[in-house]
Amino acid sequence: MQTIDLADQGLRALNETLQSQDSDTNQTEWLVTNPRGSHAIAVGLDAPIDVTIKGSTGYYCGGMNKQASITVDGSAGPGVAENMMSGKIVIEGDASQYAGATGRGGLLVIKGNASSRCGISMKGINIVVHGNIGHMSAFMAQSGTLVVCGDAGDALGDSLYEARLFVRGSVKSLGADCIKKDMRPEHIELLRGLLEEAGSDARPEDFTRYGSARKLYHFDIDNAGAY
Amino acid sequence: MDDHQKNNPPRTMPPRTMPIQSATFSNPVNAEIRRAAATGIYDIRGGGAKRRVPHFDDLLFLGASMSRYPLEGYREKCETSVTLGSRFAKKPIHLDIPITVAGMSFGALSGPAKEALGRGATMAGTSTTTGDGGMTEEERGHSEKLIYQYLPSRYGMNPDDLRRADAIEVVVGQGAKPGGGGMLLGQKISDRVADMRDLPPGIDQRSACRHPDWTGPDDLEIKILELREITGWEKPIYVKVGGARPYFDTTLAVKAGADVVVVDGMQGGTAATQDVFIENVGQPTLACIRPAVKALQDLGMHREVQLIVSGGVRSGADVAKALALGADAVSIGSAAMIAIGDNDPRWEDDYNALGTTAGAYDDWHEGNDPAGITTQDPALMARLDPVEGGRRLRNYLKVMALEAQTIARACGKNHVHNLEPEDLCALTIEAAAMAGVPLAGTSWIPGSGSF
Repeated sequence: MQTIDLADQGLRALNETLQSQDSDTNQTEWLVTNPRGSHAIAVGLDAPIDVTIKGSTGYYCGGMNKQASITVDGSAGPGVAENMMSGKIVIEGDASQYAGATGRGGLLVIKGNASSRCGISMKGINIVVHGNIGHMSAFMAQSGTLVVCGDAGDALGDSLYEARLFVRGSVKSLGADCIKKDMRPEHIELLRGLLEEAGSDARPEDFTRYGSARKLYHFDIDNAGAY
Repeated sequence: MDDHQKNNPPRTMPPRTMPIQSATFSNPVNAEIRRAAATGIYDIRGGGAKRRVPHFDDLLFLGASMSRYPLEGYREKCETSVTLGSRFAKKPIHLDIPITVAGMSFGALSGPAKEALGRGATMAGTSTTTGDGGMTEEERGHSEKLIYQYLPSRYGMNPDDLRRADAIEVVVGQGAKPGGGGMLLGQKISDRVADMRDLPPGIDQRSACRHPDWTGPDDLEIKILELREITGWEKPIYVKVGGARPYFDTTLAVKAGADVVVVDGMQGGTAATQDVFIENVGQPTLACIRPAVKALQDLGMHREVQLIVSGGVRSGADVAKALALGADAVSIGSAAMIAIGDNDPRWEDDYNALGTTAGAYDDWHEGNDPAGITTQDPALMARLDPVEGGRRLRNYLKVMALEAQTIARACGKNHVHNLEPEDLCALTIEAAAMAGVPLAGTSWIPGSGSF
């Protein structure tokens, strides 16, 4: 286990060290201490390493992550795992706005609640939130899967493209072009896998699926009221 | 003919009023009303503002005279190089000429068109820029210096392309549509375009107008920190804004940590946007330069943070005027497209078949471009030879640089950056006020001092 004290080493040294690990590194376990809500912690990683951040992080923790497994042993600020490509990021506490924004791959797990715009513009990432999510989540979400074990706020999935949304609790309101859909066996299977990987014991059968009605995919004057 | 007939000639038709077209309800206006009534949707088109606005044409250089010495036109050196990104980036960009090629997306443009832009810019010693569709191999491979746009849509965004870019341009807005997002209609969402954007093929795609994970300059400062951390503080970071509030936008971009600020006026083009947006939102390029320069000067950052101006730059004279007003470089989009063949009269029959004419064609979103530039149709794309297109762009860029040098030498300057507002006068009161230079033949700069 390698330990980096952020308060002592500074952000540049931390990221430079973590980014310089390659696929063959034998330094696979990293502990970051004293994050103190700093921004851009462990961004741009590209190696199969495990990084644990002991405390809460500021904006964009784990941004553009590839391959690495990052655990925030605290809560995460806005834009955690933004544009993640692959790997896994786990937030033990809560996450602020835009968690997993534009993420293209990998798995983001939020053990607490996520704020507004969770999964905004997601492009292939899988996100599992053990608690609730705020308003405008999955706005313009293109692909990937958002799983919410609690409730969802207003305007879920507004202007949704092809992302799949699963919510166990209530949905305060659906956004434009987002509709409730049937759960088919393949959705149960997909959910089962994601919940297991995210360490949740929720039952897939208890979830409701939401997706795009695909009515806004082409301009149509009769839909103008939806915009 | 008796006297009566002589004094009373037969009545002819009474004099009639000449048919007068209304200036308010002009034929183009009426045509648009009929089009809207028939279709029920606003007009979408490409390009920038077509209306006449005060522009570089309304300025003149004074030249050398008794109190200014000119430089010899073909002998004495007049530098054109520029360095962008010297504030924070470890690897600033050095360009031979102060003219860059602006961001245009793969998707809006064909692969060969992007290749032609890359080839031309590289041969001319300057940079080209990606767009809303991500980075293609065509343009990375053929662009020695490539600026990678970081856009609200984040289509194709990934850390590997960020690292192989030569600079990053965070796009807050563009002159054609400050406050609007991109638009690419289904006809142009080919399988390749769809794949790069993670979207289903054939759907109308409306890009976001706001970034998904930051709002405002305080957030942007943190976003820029993240981008620098991901790229090891190597890349210059540009912030591009539409010509909305250039003084404050420039100030806030500098505050957020930009190395370079790009200000794009309303004549700057777009691949597709509502005509009402293009023609009615944003300020003319000429009106944006002095406020942006003033912001940099007030911060003590002029020349430290570089200013790139774009929107309707067409010639070396325009380049020289923008630089004289304080810009470090200019950027061209529409002009570069015309150089590689856009709206060329050789395709007049094809333009006529589309109900338009060479020079006026702007339905780029429909994907039927006769010149093969703004299309994803393989047969049309094949009309553009990227090697020949690149050569034409190179020539055009070189001519613009030569023209700017010609003017600079005439003003006695050994670097185009030494041009200054004092070298200029304005032909109209409006241009004098916007550019902050005297009306020709007077010492009057409207808006400064008193009457």
